[in-house]
Amino acid sequence: MSTPAVNRPYTLVAELTYKCPLRCVYCSNPLDYGRHDATLSTEEWLRVLRDAEALGVVQLNLTGGEPLLRPDLEPLVAEAERLQLYTNLITSGIPLTRERLARLRDLGLDNVQISIQDVTAAGAERIAGRKSFERKLQVARWVKELSLPLTLNVVLHRENLDHCGEIVALAEKLSADRLELANTQYLGWALLNRESLLPTREQLARAREIAAAARARLTGKMEILFVTPDYYGDRPKACMDGWGRRFIVVSPDGLVLPCHLAHTLPGLEWESVKERALAEIWERGDALNHFRGEEWMQEPCRSCDRRTIDFGGCRCQAYHLTGDAAATDPACALSPRHALIEAAREQTAPAAAAARKSVALKYRHAPQPRNSVRPRHRSSARDR
Amino acid sequence: MIEPTARPKLAPKVRLRFDAQTQRYLLLYPEKGMQLNGTAADIVQLCTGEHSVEEIITRLGAKYAPQPPEAIRQEVTSFLNALAERALIQSEP
Repeated sequence: MSTPAVNRPYTLVAELTYKCPLRCVYCSNPLDYGRHDATLSTEEWLRVLRDAEALGVVQLNLTGGEPLLRPDLEPLVAEAERLQLYTNLITSGIPLTRERLARLRDLGLDNVQISIQDVTAAGAERIAGRKSFERKLQVARWVKELSLPLTLNVVLHRENLDHCGEIVALAEKLSADRLELANTQYLGWALLNRESLLPTREQLARAREIAAAARARLTGKMEILFVTPDYYGDRPKACMDGWGRRFIVVSPDGLVLPCHLAHTLPGLEWESVKERALAEIWERGDALNHFRGEEWMQEPCRSCDRRTIDFGGCRCQAYHLTGDAAATDPACALSPRHALIEAAREQTAPAAAAARKSVALKYRHAPQPRNSVRPRHRSSARDR
Repeated sequence: MIEPTARPKLAPKVRLRFDAQTQRYLLLYPEKGMQLNGTAADIVQLCTGEHSVEEIITRLGAKYAPQPPEAIRQEVTSFLNALAERALIQSEP
């Protein structure tokens, strides 16, 4: 196989830890996140930031899990500032103090993104799996009091999609600069809970209208992003703007990935920044190169006009729904396995929903810790 | 539409940096970035809250002298309006 062209990455998604005080039912961390507990040291993260900037990265998302659980967030933000990275802290807000937030601002933090699960404490905490709502609002107010830009991120699903108007009102009340209304991506924990979370087409249409009206009304004041769920689109999304193109994700244990869940795909040997330089992994790593370019594509992608637009959709969705990571994303209406998506949509119809027994939400949880501390993930040359 | 007397400045969520790879300025904001051509970079660098739109037009007119002033005026106002629409600049009264 020829080596595909390697693009310049623009964004580093630094997943500083998978630990989190919340237990959200749609968490995008892998189901087996507890296995990736060999965290990088401060020095290793600092090197990742420097190496990423040298590759062309200008945006840094500090995320997790809950990035505030790293006591060394401060030196990382300071280094990002020195490197002139646009630094966005993506947080639950829960472990934050006003003093620490002020410190991070003074060190050069550019934006704070807080997740809000719903517009009432009961609704929000049912999804987050713990008391958190009032605390989040407090933290959001601190962000603005400290003159930091505020993004509110609300993951949308069946239980909160009808509250879009109230969500916009809450964002206005908090003077958010940006509101992300992001429909759940049904992978990881969200796929486990899909039956409970997938909305109806009608819910989605109403919410989209509300978002569009709010966007028009608030132009120049608040940026509003509405991310539609691919389960209701005819064509898949260009997941991560294409595999290994613009985004580098580094997992808490240092694996260099094209997305949050690529290490759940079978047969790919992910490499860690502990063993090889970031630039080398990015440019020459076998796993990253595996789904770059078009040679891996099957029909109908291979001859499709949209293959350079959507890149065949999401590899993780292809694998977790069809068992084949190289398949056309089944969200595409042209996929031979599109019936998998249609069947999930049919389950949301009122008749099906009524006939179905109420399904309990499955909260994010780590497997019980084992006595063994040996990292179990096959990730590196060490294992070969 | 931005007023000629308005004094635009970059919104707090925006930062400007020079990009060594492309030798261009980049405007960075949450999750996005915009590569600026020479004129756009000149305009953005004058968005400090000190200069009115009129002054920015005059300065750019002087810098790009042979170009007709109306073309400069058009370019500056349409670019500033585009930035304002995305809330990337704010205007001091």
